[in-house]
Amino acid sequence: MIDKRYIGHVLPRFSTQAEKGRLRFFAKAIGQTDRIYTDEGAARDAGHRALPVPPTFLFCLEMDAPNPSAMRDLLGIDIAKVLHGEEHFTYHKMAYAGDTLIFEPRIVDIYDKKNGALEFVVRETRVTNQDEELVAELRNITVVRHA
Amino acid sequence: MTALKFDSVRVGDELTAFTAPPISRHTLALYCGASGDHNPIHVDIDFAKQAGMDDVFAHGMLSMAYLGRLLTNWVPQQALCSYGVRFAAITHLGDAITCSGKVVEKFEQGGEKRVRLELTTANQAGDIKLKGEAVVALP
Repeated sequence: MIDKRYIGHVLPRFSTQAEKGRLRFFAKAIGQTDRIYTDEGAARDAGHRALPVPPTFLFCLEMDAPNPSAMRDLLGIDIAKVLHGEEHFTYHKMAYAGDTLIFEPRIVDIYDKKNGALEFVVRETRVTNQDEELVAELRNITVVRHA
Repeated sequence: MTALKFDSVRVGDELTAFTAPPISRHTLALYCGASGDHNPIHVDIDFAKQAGMDDVFAHGMLSMAYLGRLLTNWVPQQALCSYGVRFAAITHLGDAITCSGKVVEKFEQGGEKRVRLELTTANQAGDIKLKGEAVVALP
């Protein structure tokens, strides 16, 4: 069982950059054909200051942490048993290619269902930018299957 | 993009649904690299089998990104207030994922006019894979 004393645990803070080449690769991978996500001229014509970071990409940037498995290592979770339960984003400010984004994740809940056959870890992450503006809040539910 | 107005949107309005090409191993390899989600269970069949799965399977976040396209096809991204999904079932190789959404509520919050959308992805058999919700602000 995952130790519930980690509820409230603050995970290492880190910063990362949204790189435009990576954003273009992501657009290709998800079949995005709207040019504002790949062409800086089209982005500017649409009123953006650079290529926008698309709605779910903040989750990807969260995996750019120096140790992307920090939470699993801390809680002793085997990656082979992990499923993604839920993901939620609350948006406050657009993020763009070239921005430096600061991620502050913490574990907010740990619980189980089906007599421990499934365990759940809830993580919330605050994302701010280089101007200390709040960009978004992420809420992730990781499921660990033991059956 | 024609600017959508709050007053012209009605509860029950549907977003223009689309279907992504069937998920292939190549789709998953590209998403693995581009997303930075390097969990081998999505790309390495040997690892997936050792983990008790029949084969590799799609990243939930790939489908969430498809649904994100549905949203940004409908409104400019800066109109998005929140977006969340529950991964109800695993998306498998060969699944052709249809993204759909509809307006379920119109309301005002913090001086903004907002609409709530209900979102789903389903495969070719109609099996629901993701259930989500988004709130967007409209002028």
